Amino acid sequence: MTPQNLEDQTMDDFSKQIAFTTRLDDLVAWGRKNALWPLPYGTACCGIELMSVMGPKYDLARFGAEVVRFSPRQADLLLVAGTITEKMAPVLVRIYRQMLEPKYVLSMGACASSGGFYRAYHVLQGIDSVIPVDVFVPGCPPTPEAVLDGIMLLQKMIAEHHPRPWKQNWKAPDYV
Amino acid sequence: MSNLEQLKSAFGSKFNTSQYQFAHAFGDDSIVIPKEDVIPVFTFLKNGDHFDFLMDVCGVDYPGRAKRFDVVYHLFHSKNGNRLRIKVPLAEGEYVDSLVGIWKGADWFEREAYDMFGIVFRGHPNLRRILTHHQFVGHPLRKDYEADRQQHCTSSLPVHFDNVNGEDGSLLNDNFVPINIGPSHPAMHGTLRVMAEMDGETIVRAGCEIGYLHRCFEKMAETHPYNQVIPYTDRLNYCSAPMNNVGYCKAVEKILGVEIPPKAQAMRVILCELSRVIDHIVAVGTGGVDLGALTAFFHLFTYREKVYHLFEKLCGARLTVSLTRVGGMAQDAPEGWYDDVLAFCKEMRQEVDEISKLLLDNKIFIKRTQGVCPVKAADAIAWGYTGPLLRASGVGLDLRKIKPYYGYDALDFDVPVGTNGDIYDRYLVRIEEMRQSIRIIEQVCKNIPGGDYTIRDRSIVLPEKKDVYGNIEGLMNHFMLVIKGLRPPVGDVYDATEAANGELGFYLVSDGSANPYRLKVRPPCFAIYQSFPSVVKGAMLADAIATVASMNVIAGELDR
Ligand code: SF4
Repeated sequence: MTPQNLEDQTMDDFSKQIAFTTRLDDLVAWGRKNALWPLPYGTACCGIELMSVMGPKYDLARFGAEVVRFSPRQADLLLVAGTITEKMAPVLVRIYRQMLEPKYVLSMGACASSGGFYRAYHVLQGIDSVIPVDVFVPGCPPTPEAVLDGIMLLQKMIAEHHPRPWKQNWKAPDYV
Repeated sequence: MSNLEQLKSAFGSKFNTSQYQFAHAFGDDSIVIPKEDVIPVFTFLKNGDHFDFLMDVCGVDYPGRAKRFDVVYHLFHSKNGNRLRIKVPLAEGEYVDSLVGIWKGADWFEREAYDMFGIVFRGHPNLRRILTHHQFVGHPLRKDYEADRQQHCTSSLPVHFDNVNGEDGSLLNDNFVPINIGPSHPAMHGTLRVMAEMDGETIVRAGCEIGYLHRCFEKMAETHPYNQVIPYTDRLNYCSAPMNNVGYCKAVEKILGVEIPPKAQAMRVILCELSRVIDHIVAVGTGGVDLGALTAFFHLFTYREKVYHLFEKLCGARLTVSLTRVGGMAQDAPEGWYDDVLAFCKEMRQEVDEISKLLLDNKIFIKRTQGVCPVKAADAIAWGYTGPLLRASGVGLDLRKIKPYYGYDALDFDVPVGTNGDIYDRYLVRIEEMRQSIRIIEQVCKNIPGGDYTIRDRSIVLPEKKDVYGNIEGLMNHFMLVIKGLRPPVGDVYDATEAANGELGFYLVSDGSANPYRLKVRPPCFAIYQSFPSVVKGAMLADAIATVASMNVIAGELDR
C-alpha cells in the first residue's frame, strides 16, 4: 500500500499509528542529552572518584554517557575532575577549544570550581576564569551520586534549551 | 657506642670536624657540615657503606639568619635501618655542590630545592624549574613569598629533554620523530607528560615534565595549624589517603614525644593495610587498562567500592577520610565494624586469587610485561626506589620489618620480592602484597585491644563534644586549644612509614608555634619516576606506557 492510493482522511489515520510529531529541536536535544560523550579530564583526587562514577556500582553508562573519549574531537562533555593548576590552565583551554560544538562543561569538585582549599600560588582559582562552565558540582570530592545529579541537571538544561550566556559571552583567553 | 658517636670518630680521622655540629634530638641523628665538605663527606658515607640510600634533599628558609638557607639531606641504610640527617647552611647567592655524581637519585630533589628556594647546586646538569611553570618568577617556599600570590601561565613548553654530557636537551635531532604524550592522555593518568624522540618504534630519548598538579601542599602546611594540615595530607596519595594521615600524624607525634594508645595503633594498622589493598587495586587495575585488559579493572573496582563502604561506615567519607588526629584517631569504630572488615577480607582473598589468574597467567599480559624495562637492584637503590618497585628488583626492604612501628613486629606476614625487576615482577609483588595485607588485617581485627582511641593530653587533643557542651573545664579546654593551637617543641624530625608506593617520609621543622615551620614530604614515586627517561631508553613506545603504569605514579604526591 503506497500513500498515493490513500484518501487524505485514511492517510491521516494511518500516520497516527506509526508516527508522532515533535519539534526538530526537541528531537535533537533528546538525542544529545542521552548520548553525551564525556572526556574525563581527571587530574587529581576527584578523578579517582570519577572512576567510581564510571565503575561498576554507579555506572554512568545508565545515563547514556557510556562512551568515554579521550580525544576532544570526539567528545561533547568535558568533565573536569580535579585541581587545575596554573601550569595546567593553558592545556585545559586548548583541549576545550579543540572540542566541536555543541559542547558542555561540568566542573566536578571544589578545586575545579573555585580552587577549593588551595588558596595557593600555583592553583587556578576556578576553571570558569578560563572556560565556560555549565554545571558546578560541589564536594571534596563530590560523592558519585552528586556527580550523577550534576549530569542529570545538564541533561535537563539540554532538553529545555536553557540559555547559556556564560558560553555565548565567553572570550578565549589569548593563550599561545 | 651509638651510631652518631661511631660516625664522629670515623669523621675525626678524615675531616677537620672543628666546624661540624653533631646532634641527637627527638631520636634523630644530625650533623651540620660546611658546604665545602659536601662531596668528600657524602663520598665517604657512601663508599664506607655507612649509608646506601639518599632518601631526600630539601631546603629550609630562615630569613633571619646570616646564612639564610639550610640544605637538608636524609640518608638511610637498608641493612640496619640507620638514618642520618646532614644540614648544610648556605647564604643567599652561595652554592653547594650537586650530589648527582654520587647518587643519581639526587637529580629531581635538587631541582625541586632550586625551584622552591633558589638554592644553586653546582654541577647539576639540569638545574631548572621542576614543579612550578616556566613563567613563574621567584621561589615560592621562601618565607617572603606570600602563599596566595598566583602567577598566570599562558603557554606550554615545547618538547624538550634533559641536558646530557653538556649537550643542550632543548635541541631536537632532525633524524628522529619527536612525540608528546600528555598531560591530557588516557595513559598519563591525568597529569603526567612524557616526551620522546622516536626512531621508528624505538625510543631514542625520553623526558618527562611534571608539576601539572603542584598545588603547594608544603606552603599550605606552613599556613595552617597542625591538625588542619591533616585534610591536605589526604590529597597527597589520594589512592590510599589514610596512609598519608598516619604518616603525617606519626611525625608530629614523634616531635611531641607521645605514644598513641594500642587501640589507635591497631586501627591505624587496619586502615593502612586496607589502603594498601585499594592502592594496589588501582595500580593493578589501571595498569591492566593501559595494556588493554579492561576486565580486571571492573573486577577490582567492585572490591574497592567495598573498602570505600567500610571507610564510609567508619567516618562518613569515602576517599578523603582525614581519620587520624595528632594523638590517635578522630573517633572509635562503630559496632560490628571489625566483623565487616573480616568479612571483606574473606571475599578479597578469593578475588586476589582470581585476579592473579586473570592477569598474571594471561599470555598477552606476560608477553607485554616479562623482561620489559627491568631495573637492577643497584640502580634501584641509586635512584632511591622504595616499596614494591624496589622489592620487585630483589631488595627485600620493608620499613614494617626493618623499623617496625605500631606493633608490626608482632604480626606474622611476609615481604614478597621479585627477581628481575621487570614490569611483570612489579605486578607480582603488588598482588602478593595484597594477600599479605589481608593476613595482617585479619590478625589485628581478631585482637583489637581495649581502651581509648586517642591520648587525652589536654594540650594536644580536643575534649569530646559531650564535655565541651557539658562542663566548663571541657569548654575552656576546647577554647584554649583552638585559639592557642597545639604547639610542639622547637626542633626538627624526620619520620617515615611504609606506604603503598614505598617510603613516605615527613620532615617537620617546628619553631614552637601552632603551624609547622616547614613540612617536607618525601614522596615515594618522585624518586622512582625520575628514573623513567633512562629506564625506557631503547625500549618500544608501548613499553614506555606499560612502564609508567607499573610505576604507579600518583600526581598528588609527585607534584604535591
Ligand atoms: S575538590 Fe577535593 S577531592 Fe577534588 S581534586 Fe580538589 S582536593 Fe581533591
